[in-house]
Amino acid sequence: MNKLKDTLLKVSNLAVSFDTVDGPIDAVQGINFELKKGQTLAIIGESGSGKSVTASVIMGILSCPPGRIKSGEVFLNNQDILKLSIEERRKLMGNKIAIIFQDTLAHLNPVFNIGSQIAECFQVHKSLNKKESWNKAVALLERVNIPNARTRAKDFPHQFSGGQRQRVMIAMALALEPDIIIADEPTTALDVTIQAKILDLLAELRDERNMGLILITHDLGVAAETADNVVVLKNGKIVESGTLKTVFTTPKHSYTKQLMSSIPGRTIKSKKNKLNNNSDPILEVKNLTKHYDTIACDDVNFKLYKNEILGVVGESGSGKTTVSNLILRLTNPSSGNIFYHGKNIFDFDKKELFSFRRRVQVVFQDPFASLNPTMNVYNLISEPWLIHSDFLNKSLYAKRVSELLISVGLDPDDASRYPHQFSGGQRQRIAIARALALNPEIIICDEAVSALDVSIQAQIIKLLSDLRDKFSLSYVFIAHDLPVVRDLVDRVIVMKSGKIVEQGFVEDIFNHPNHPYTQDLLKASPSVFNLINR
Amino acid sequence: MKKYLSKRILSSLLAVIGLFIMVFFLARLTGDPGHLYLPIDAPLEVRKEFSEKHGFNDPIYVQFGRFVGDLVNGDLGYSLRKERPAIDVVLEAIPITLSLAAVAMTIALFGAIIIGSLAAYRPNGIFDRISRVVSLTAASAPDFWVAITAILLFSVSLRWLPTSGMGDFPYWIMPVSILVIRPLGLLVQVVRGSMITALSSDFVKTARAKGVKEKSVIFKHALRNGLLPVITVAGDQAAAIANGAVIVETIFGWPGIGKLMIDSILQRDFAVVQASILITAIVILSINIIIDIAYATLDPRIRHK
Repeated sequence: MNKLKDTLLKVSNLAVSFDTVDGPIDAVQGINFELKKGQTLAIIGESGSGKSVTASVIMGILSCPPGRIKSGEVFLNNQDILKLSIEERRKLMGNKIAIIFQDTLAHLNPVFNIGSQIAECFQVHKSLNKKESWNKAVALLERVNIPNARTRAKDFPHQFSGGQRQRVMIAMALALEPDIIIADEPTTALDVTIQAKILDLLAELRDERNMGLILITHDLGVAAETADNVVVLKNGKIVESGTLKTVFTTPKHSYTKQLMSSIPGRTIKSKKNKLNNNSDPILEVKNLTKHYDTIACDDVNFKLYKNEILGVVGESGSGKTTVSNLILRLTNPSSGNIFYHGKNIFDFDKKELFSFRRRVQVVFQDPFASLNPTMNVYNLISEPWLIHSDFLNKSLYAKRVSELLISVGLDPDDASRYPHQFSGGQRQRIAIARALALNPEIIICDEAVSALDVSIQAQIIKLLSDLRDKFSLSYVFIAHDLPVVRDLVDRVIVMKSGKIVEQGFVEDIFNHPNHPYTQDLLKASPSVFNLINR
Repeated sequence: MKKYLSKRILSSLLAVIGLFIMVFFLARLTGDPGHLYLPIDAPLEVRKEFSEKHGFNDPIYVQFGRFVGDLVNGDLGYSLRKERPAIDVVLEAIPITLSLAAVAMTIALFGAIIIGSLAAYRPNGIFDRISRVVSLTAASAPDFWVAITAILLFSVSLRWLPTSGMGDFPYWIMPVSILVIRPLGLLVQVVRGSMITALSSDFVKTARAKGVKEKSVIFKHALRNGLLPVITVAGDQAAAIANGAVIVETIFGWPGIGKLMIDSILQRDFAVVQASILITAIVILSINIIIDIAYATLDPRIRHK
C-alpha cells in the first residue's frame, strides 16, 4: 500500500508519432516506467531515441501537429493527466511538475530579467502580487547559490554564464515546490567542473524536498553518478530498464552492451614507446601569447611530433580554440612564435603561407554549421583542389573524391548528396574527408567529436586513429571531455585561463595528475567506472 | 545605453551635415540658378542684377561659406516664389505631413500586430490564409490607382466623402486609409513571420511548461520578442510616408511637405527645396533614433552592448 502511495509518476504504454511529408514516424512506441518519491530515474538514449519527446508529452508541450499521442496514460499522483482539460493541465504544469532544459540561453526569454521570469510562476499559480513574488524569486536565487541574488535578479539571461543560467532554470523549476522535476540534458552544454556542481545541487534539492527527479541524458557517466534507476531508450522503445547497478554492470540487451563498450576512457594503452621524441618536432609553439580583451593565451609552449596525437584539454575560456586559431594562422599572436619545420609561420610570405595552408587542415565541432548547405559532397571535398590548382588534375577529381569517401567509411555514391541528407556522424566524416583532400601533415580537431552521440563518437575516434596510421598524420585534438582524450591521444596538455598547467604522456596525466586543477577535472568528470568498481 | 544613444545621435548629425553639403553642390551643378529661374527672354542686365543680388557670381567656396554661415544662424534662404523665408514655408507644411504619417502608422502598426499575431497562432488556419491573401494584395496595391478609384467611388458616385482638401474628420478618411493600406499589408506579413518564429522558440516552451496562460504566452512572451523586426520595418515605412506622401498629398490637395517639394522643384525655388530636404532629413533621422531607442528598450541585449 505504502509502495503505491510513493509512486509519483507512472507512464504506461505511451506511443507518440510525428506526421511528416514522408508519412508518420513513430518516435515513441509503447513505453512504460514509473518514478517514486525521492528517487532519480535516468532516461538514457542517443539523439532520436524519443527521450525528449517523452518529456514533452509529460509536460504538455509537444507540438501537435506534427506530434500525435497515439496511446498511453501518464499518471501524476494517480491521475491521468492526458485526459485533463487544457486549463486543468495548465494548473499542474510548473506547479506539481516542472522541467529544466539543456540550452538555457534559448529557453529563457531574452527580453525579461530573470527575477521576473521566476516571479511569474508565483503570479500565475499563486496569484501573489509583484513584490511578494519578486522576494520569493530572490530567495530562490539565493537557494541555488547565485551570488548577490537581489541585484542579479534584475539582470537578463545573456548576462549570466552557462552554469549560472542553469541554476536560474533550476530556481524557476523549484519555485512552487513541485513533486517532480524533469531535467532534460541539464549539464550537456556545461564544463565538467560546473556539471558536477549542478548535478550535486539537483541531488541535494531532491533529498531536501523529497522530490522525484527524471534525468534525461545521453551521457552514461552522468547517469552513473546520479541515478537510482535507469531506462535505456532506443528508437522509441525501452530496450532495458532496472536499477542502475544491474543495467550498468550486467547489461543484457545488445544495444546496452554496445553503449557500455563505446564509453570512452575504458582502457589506457601505454603509448610512450610509440613516439620518437628524438626526431625534430613538426610544430613547435614558443612563448605564444594572445590578448583580446582578456589574455586568451598566455606564454604557451609545446611541441608536436610526427605521427603524434596531442590532446589539448580545458574548459570553456581556457584558450584552446585561440591556440588552434593561431596554429591555423587565422589570427596573429600578441607575442611568441610557432615554428613549422623550424620556420616561423608568422614570418611566412604569401607563397609560403599558401603551401602551409595545404599542410595544416582543420575539423570543427559542429558538422551542421561547418559544411556549406548549398554544396554537395563532391564540391565540398574537391573545392580545396580548385584553390590549390596545381595539386590535382581536374580529370582525377571524381576518382579521388571516391577514394576519400571510402577511406572515411562513406559510399562513393554519396558524392552527389547534400549535407542535410546525412546524420551528424556522417557529416563529420565528410568534414574529415575534406580535411584529408590536400594530403595534410597536421589536422587540428577542434572539439571534433563533442557534438556526437557516444557510439558515433567511438566510431569517429576509431576512424581518426586509423587514418593517422594510414596517412602518417599528426593531430592536435582539442576537447573538453577527458575520457575521450584518454582513448585517443599520446600526450595531453591541460589548459586553464590561457595557461598550460600541466603536460605529459596521457597515462602519467591520468594516473598521477600533479596540478590541483588537473586533479579537479578528473574528479569532476563523471565516470561509469567508479560505479563499476564501487 | 547612454553611450549607445549618443553614438547614434552623433552619427545622425554627421549624416545631416554630409547630406547638406551634397545638396548645396548638387544644386550648383545644375547650372546658374538665374538661367533657370528667369524667363528665357530676360535681358542681360536683369540676369546680371539677379546674380549680383543673390551672390551667384562669387566663387563657389565663398557661396558655400555664406551658405554655412546663414545655416548656423538658422537662415535657410528666401523663397523667391513665395517671397518669404524658406524655413517658414517648410515648417508650415511639415506638421501636416507628420500628422498624416502618425495617424496612418499608428493604425497600420496596431492593426498589423493584432492580425499578424492571430494569423501566426495557427499557421495555415483559415484566418491565416485569408489574412495572407489580403495582406499581399494590400502590400502590392498601387496607391495612385487606389486613391483615384476611391475618389470616383466614395466622392463622385456615392457622394459620401469630400473629393479633396484639408478639413475635419471626413477629409481625413480617404488620405489616411490610402496611406494605411501598404504599410498594413507589409507589416501583417512581417508580424506573422516573426511571431511564428517567436511562438516556436524554446522560451515559449518554457513559459508553457511553467503553466503560463496562453494569452500571456502570445502577447507577453512571444510578442515582445516578435516585435523587434517589426519595429525596423515600421520605422522604414513611417520614414517613407514622412518624406513624401507625395501622391496622396497631391491627389487630395493636402499642402504637406511632399507636395511642397514637388512644387518648388518645378518652380525652381531652390531655397525651399534645400530647406525641405534638410527638414525632412532631420525628421527621418529622428525617426531612426526613435527606432533605436525602441529597439534598445525592447531588447536588453542591445542595451548592454
